Amino acid sequence: MTINASGWRPERPEAGTTTASAFTGNTFTGNRALMLEEALIFEIGSTETTGVEVAAPARVASRLGSLDRSAPIGLPGLSEPEAVRHYTRLSRQNYAIDLGLFPLGSCTMKHNPRLNEKMARLPGFADIHPLAPVDTVQGALEVIHQLAHWLVTLTGMHSVAMSPKAGAHGELCGILAIRAALEARGEGHRKVILVPESAHGTNPATAAFAGYSVEDIPATSEGRVDLAALTARLGPDVAGVMITNPNTCGLFERDMRAISDAVHAAGGLVYCDGANFNAIVGRVRPGDLGIDAMHINLHKTFSTPHGGGGPGSGPVVFSEALAPYAPLPFVEQTADGFRLVEEETAEEHHAGSFGRMVAFQGQMGMFTRALTYILSHGADGLRQVAEDAVLNANYVLRSLDDTLDAPFGASGPCMHEALFSDSNLAEGFSTIDVAKGLIDEGYHPMTMYFPLVVHGAMLVEPTETESKAALDQFIGALRSVAERAKAGDVALKSAPHFAPRSRLDETLAARKPVLVWKDPAVPLAAE
Amino acid sequence: MRYLPLTDTDRQAMLATIGAKSIDDLFVDVPAIAQLDGPIHGLPGHASELAVERHMSALARKNLAAGDAPFFLGCGAYRHHVPASVDHLIQRGEYLTAYTPYQPEIAQGTLQMLFEFQTQVARLLGTDVANASMYDGSTACWEAIGMARRVTKRAKAILSTGLHPHYVSVAKTMAKFTGDVLETGTPSLSAGTDIGALIAAIDNDTSCVVVQYPDILGRIEDLSELAAACHAKKALLIAVVTEPVALGAIRSPGEMDADIVVGEGQSIGVGLQFGGPYVGLFGCKEKYLRQMPGRLCGETLDADGRRGFVLTLSTREQHIRREKATSNICTNSGLCALAFSIHMTLLGEAGLRALAETNHAGAVVAAERLAQVPGVELVNTAFFNEFTLKLPVEARPVVRTLADRGILAGVSLGRLYPGEAALANGLVVAVTETTTMEDVETLASALQEVLA
Repeated sequence: MTINASGWRPERPEAGTTTASAFTGNTFTGNRALMLEEALIFEIGSTETTGVEVAAPARVASRLGSLDRSAPIGLPGLSEPEAVRHYTRLSRQNYAIDLGLFPLGSCTMKHNPRLNEKMARLPGFADIHPLAPVDTVQGALEVIHQLAHWLVTLTGMHSVAMSPKAGAHGELCGILAIRAALEARGEGHRKVILVPESAHGTNPATAAFAGYSVEDIPATSEGRVDLAALTARLGPDVAGVMITNPNTCGLFERDMRAISDAVHAAGGLVYCDGANFNAIVGRVRPGDLGIDAMHINLHKTFSTPHGGGGPGSGPVVFSEALAPYAPLPFVEQTADGFRLVEEETAEEHHAGSFGRMVAFQGQMGMFTRALTYILSHGADGLRQVAEDAVLNANYVLRSLDDTLDAPFGASGPCMHEALFSDSNLAEGFSTIDVAKGLIDEGYHPMTMYFPLVVHGAMLVEPTETESKAALDQFIGALRSVAERAKAGDVALKSAPHFAPRSRLDETLAARKPVLVWKDPAVPLAAE
Repeated sequence: MRYLPLTDTDRQAMLATIGAKSIDDLFVDVPAIAQLDGPIHGLPGHASELAVERHMSALARKNLAAGDAPFFLGCGAYRHHVPASVDHLIQRGEYLTAYTPYQPEIAQGTLQMLFEFQTQVARLLGTDVANASMYDGSTACWEAIGMARRVTKRAKAILSTGLHPHYVSVAKTMAKFTGDVLETGTPSLSAGTDIGALIAAIDNDTSCVVVQYPDILGRIEDLSELAAACHAKKALLIAVVTEPVALGAIRSPGEMDADIVVGEGQSIGVGLQFGGPYVGLFGCKEKYLRQMPGRLCGETLDADGRRGFVLTLSTREQHIRREKATSNICTNSGLCALAFSIHMTLLGEAGLRALAETNHAGAVVAAERLAQVPGVELVNTAFFNEFTLKLPVEARPVVRTLADRGILAGVSLGRLYPGEAALANGLVVAVTETTTMEDVETLASALQEVLA
């Protein structure tokens, strides 16, 4: 038996001294040692319990205009220790980047430095009001201005709109600027946006929301935009293209400059989905490729934590042609300090603005984190970020292409992510079985079934914050699961076996949606 | 470079595995014109934690934090005390650094929390269902208008003059592109709201009426009659709540038969943060569920028959429906929803009601005190924790002067409605449990001096 350094060893009962147990695996609580079940707050809280002391109100006559609430709201409360325990226990049922490699392709889960969190919580940033007099928030405006400057510098573009709240909101910002620019030139009749097959699903939704009709452009057999098909479709009805670069097959669009030139020659504008900017930051300037607008997911490239689904932040950089149409508000540096241009009145220099996208200035808390990240890395570190991210992705691709099918493995180096397909798995086995098998190995699965251009896609993005040792272990785990799927190991079909839940019935959830808790003691009205 | 684990030895070994001579070989597909050869112009090299902290702290010190001044700003963002355990819990790595819960078996923590959040929000707003959060109140408001268009197949939205002017601006921006027709105006500095005018404006082309509750001047009025008038013409009533604490004291819009209720959840758990990230609340009647935008979490069973939670009804969403999706939202405000939910759980019904009562009582005392300042008039008869004062002079310069004296006096309507002379003397003042009676006295005396 291994003994620890102090020489202490756990006591073990002598063989034969205990009675044989008839333990079934079912515990009274439903807990399994450190894997704890947790009831809903509606089942354990009460409307009389509170975990917050509130000062007694002054005695005054109410001025609520006879709207005083009489009916109960039905909000259960927990005392502070109960609440801390509830949310701590729930947290243990989550996988997170702090627990291990999180290889979601196109979603970029990397280390989140806690310095960023600390800086965002400085009262000078966290405790200031969006409508505070601008003289009292000069430091906050300076943060926005500095970050904006670095985003423009890093992308080689002309200007930036900081207010979009997330990547998809940034896409909308870029497309609205394109539409405003076309309308300003009297070309509002251009009603079509071309979207390559490999684009994020948000791209067509965004174009449709901005009032455009969407047409798909196919990918070539090597996983890039079909330049000939794209060029052939250009014409007087095309407002522009939305293209993702590096694209969702993990490849750099080699023809980007030619695409931009062709679109511009045909009178359209070029939107680039910059969600994958992390693969090229500090090494490649998208502005040199002729694009007109590109959003940057600060939470991906500049490591603001994703918090189980947001918040994000999606500033949009613009070419000189689109800059005049950018949304309000924005920050301007003047001789007297920083100024927040937020008024809707048309001043000379922003008369073309398409308006306001959001109530206030955008995701200040994310700006603080992103600027902290940029300053921590500096010019040399940011370049190294891109290089290590690309190196890690290619290492994963080349370490596994003997086991898994890599449909674009011959298309050149991949960028930030490695793409595999399910084409050589055993009959009846698919990507989902590999993914759920990886959960049992202690990993969050890669992105599944995306991009749509590849059957049974598995998209792995390791990022730059993984060590070689961590990658080697992950590669070993994925190889092992893939080999089981190739050998037709039926145990994979019921994976995961060791997670807090076994496979969840998503069809049931969609067929009979239960979206809010209802007290089972209260009978439901007859259906 | 403390965040990058690869050593040069690792890099060489990995390049050998890949079969590349150098890292440049991995960037061969990037045209030379876009390759950066030298350093990024002007950006210094990597910096130590201490150096970055010094730089950022110096910037933070240039701001006047709300806690360092008598503070009365509201108009869509409110300062409330957030219990310490909220921020502690959301910083647990399993919440903070998790992705969207696409793999439900190992995301039950986030998913159960979202299910609890949806239930809390639906109960608070008085709606049947709620989604798992939107970006913020202003974008939720615009999404609600789009949803009303899909439900009614009509495109004319009537916006109350009491709706936050930034929310109106966001809706106007989007309407330019979606083809919605918006009818709106500016509020008048009077105690009464525009409900009568809204009712009169509803016609057979109206998709929805959008009303804020309490409104931008802090006024509150019963919405029942407006709801009935909307329904008589088959239009939807959308209510916007920017101060959810109010719903601890006054009837919810859902109880007054609003069809869609959206809100800014920042007040509960999230904090001011100079405008973001915030958390959008979105609830509606169950019959409109499938037209609802955004993410939804639903209850289901696992293969062993145990209760569990998944993201559901994704057939409405952008990654499946592409250009036919109900919204292009992908990322929402998960972590802020968690902060909201934890704070709401700590409050519970009893705590929320007590908090609301304290906010209201403080506001009543402050309103009465400030109305005693010579020349100052209280506009509202009914209000929750925010009210409007009519000053004898333009409010905007007064706010600036008071800021120079270290008092954050409120939001001038001149800032929110530039160029509207009739509103220029209006000052919107918010009072919460963080406001002390000394703060009120400081503001009252300073205002008296400035106006003298």
